[in-house]
Amino acid sequence: MTEPLIRIEDLYKVFGPSPETVMPMVREGRPKDDILAETGHTVGLRDINLDIDRGSIFVIMGLSGSGKSTLIRHLNRLIDPTEGAVTVGGVDVTRLTPPELRDLRRYKMSMVFQRFGLLPHRTVLQNVAFGLTIQQVETAGRNEKARKWLRTVGLEGYEDQYPAQLSGGEQQRVGLARALCTDPEILLMDEAFSALDPLIRSDLQKQLLELHRRLRKTIVFITHDLDEALRLGDRIAILKDGALSQVGRPEEILLSPADSYVEAFVRDVNRARALTVGAVMKAPVRRLTATTIGGALAQMRDWPGTFGYLFQDNRYRGVVTQDALKDADSGSDTSDHALTGLAVRGPTLTPDISLQDALPVVLESAFPVPVLSRDGGYTGILSAKDVAGILAGADSTAMGNGHATERR
Amino acid sequence: MAEQSWFFEFPEMDRADVVALRRFLDGAYRDFSRSYGDAIETVFNPLLFFMVWFEKLLLGMPWLLVLAALTGLAYWASRSAKLTLAVTAAFLLIGYFGMWDDTMRTLSIITVATLLSIVLGVPVGIMMARSDRMQNVVTPVLDIMQTMPAFVYLIPVVMLLGIGKVPGLIAVVVYAIPPLIRLTNLGIRLVDRDVQEAAVAFGATPLQRLLGVQLPLAMPTIMAGVNQTIMMALGMVVIASMIGVQGLGQPVLKSITNQYFTMGLLNGLAIVAIAITFDRVSQAYAKRSQRHLQGLQGD
Repeated sequence: MTEPLIRIEDLYKVFGPSPETVMPMVREGRPKDDILAETGHTVGLRDINLDIDRGSIFVIMGLSGSGKSTLIRHLNRLIDPTEGAVTVGGVDVTRLTPPELRDLRRYKMSMVFQRFGLLPHRTVLQNVAFGLTIQQVETAGRNEKARKWLRTVGLEGYEDQYPAQLSGGEQQRVGLARALCTDPEILLMDEAFSALDPLIRSDLQKQLLELHRRLRKTIVFITHDLDEALRLGDRIAILKDGALSQVGRPEEILLSPADSYVEAFVRDVNRARALTVGAVMKAPVRRLTATTIGGALAQMRDWPGTFGYLFQDNRYRGVVTQDALKDADSGSDTSDHALTGLAVRGPTLTPDISLQDALPVVLESAFPVPVLSRDGGYTGILSAKDVAGILAGADSTAMGNGHATERR
Repeated sequence: MAEQSWFFEFPEMDRADVVALRRFLDGAYRDFSRSYGDAIETVFNPLLFFMVWFEKLLLGMPWLLVLAALTGLAYWASRSAKLTLAVTAAFLLIGYFGMWDDTMRTLSIITVATLLSIVLGVPVGIMMARSDRMQNVVTPVLDIMQTMPAFVYLIPVVMLLGIGKVPGLIAVVVYAIPPLIRLTNLGIRLVDRDVQEAAVAFGATPLQRLLGVQLPLAMPTIMAGVNQTIMMALGMVVIASMIGVQGLGQPVLKSITNQYFTMGLLNGLAIVAIAITFDRVSQAYAKRSQRHLQGLQGD
């Protein structure tokens, strides 16, 4: 295992005039409201422990007031913790001197804000180059880089506009380009897409995923929207009242919520859209590796089913049924060419498509559909029965809800 | 009866004590001004030289050149032909009615007072915006400066520095600087938190944040402060003329004592003309330079 890039250990944050005095109560686990009523202190974060891997998208999700924005601001220390450590690349951020901290913010991390935070009196180009201006890079160099990033986010030609002349989505693209322009290792995104229309938000999510695939930056993304979290996150942490409820991969959160709070969130999610084939597929079975019809028949004899998936030279050839093999076996042609000829080239899936898109394919296929990785490797299978099971879980809860509301 | 007199009459301080207090304070200030007056005057000498130089410049130049410069300035700042034409007409009329030299003198002291107010006021406003404690200390001082009758603080200034341009300038600045300080403070405090946070998140130093974010974004408000300062300085011109400041105030003062109605009116109108000129031109400039913010103002 490689070291995580960001490690948060035993992090506490209490807001108020003298947080230290309240810490014993917080550690005892007294409820937030009690502490507020008794001492006038607000518990922002409580016992946070997180590891964030290099190159991953880590989503922190919670409702407003859950402390997610407070948490992300501890990473670049826009907020100082009451207790605990935040380690970035082996360096404890909480111990940095002001100049060291500025260097961290200039070169290692940059941030995208919910309400964009663009400079209204500067042009788009100057805004994108802002981080480099702070670093005192000379004008020609920073403009060249800024132009490159503007092109990347699809805003070429907008260089001399002012932010007020742009739509919300365009402004946030400028915000994203500004954050990328300093070439940081880590991108902090604080509800970056929450202020945008659903369509534009979806656009930007797609663009972010593409950028991430290309650049492999570590992204810490804050959101209150579970659909967004599931779409973007390699891992998701769910915050409630300043404490972590669950940390895990999207499908873990979706398929085995840790407590009733997470469950309540998950209930409303469109599973077919949120889950990918890769998350729900079963382990690959019935891989026919034989080169002759006789070999194939022998291989199939040990299996419960009456068909197999034929792979030759690591390439998927199609489904071969026992009946077809038996028919052919009585003939004389036993070359491997003959075996290939028996394979019926059916539909296949890739792990990254959503269940929603996979559903028609799976339903129309007579056999469970093999899932192939991008390079053609056999990684799993998905049957209509599997899919039905996953979606039924969601459907039954939804129906239960319906009855409950009706009765009321 | 004597027992209850305090009930009907305010229990005043003893008369002798009042006299003693007055003597003490007056004496102390007189001693202070005698021993340090000269030293303090030398401190203000550079300012005096600058004022004299600027006044001589305005008076020494051919009037056509000054008028051309004023017209050019008005057009550069406002980009409005109508406004520029009005400014030219106003100054032509002023000259025609024989008030050119006094107007130049007034322009010179207003310019110097405004510059001095900006140099002193903006940093004070910035400091106030940075610390609540500073704000709590400075605000009552500004209240005093704005409400204390000008004549009251003219007394110690004249005692210290005598009669002339420098005490006049000080009186004008004391009176005119508070709105600029207040509005600088307000402007910086109103700068969007998100933008400031963004600057910090990108590693800006406090100075980079001030110069790159806070001051530019507070500029419309600060400009409103400058505008107010100019207006108040112009209002102070007549009072300052009582302690020897030359310009349009002196004929007004003469008119009051001699009941020259027309002379008073004309000079008063000249002051109004300058005030309106400064106001419209500076506002047009501010509006023009903030045009790109228009979309945001709706948010």
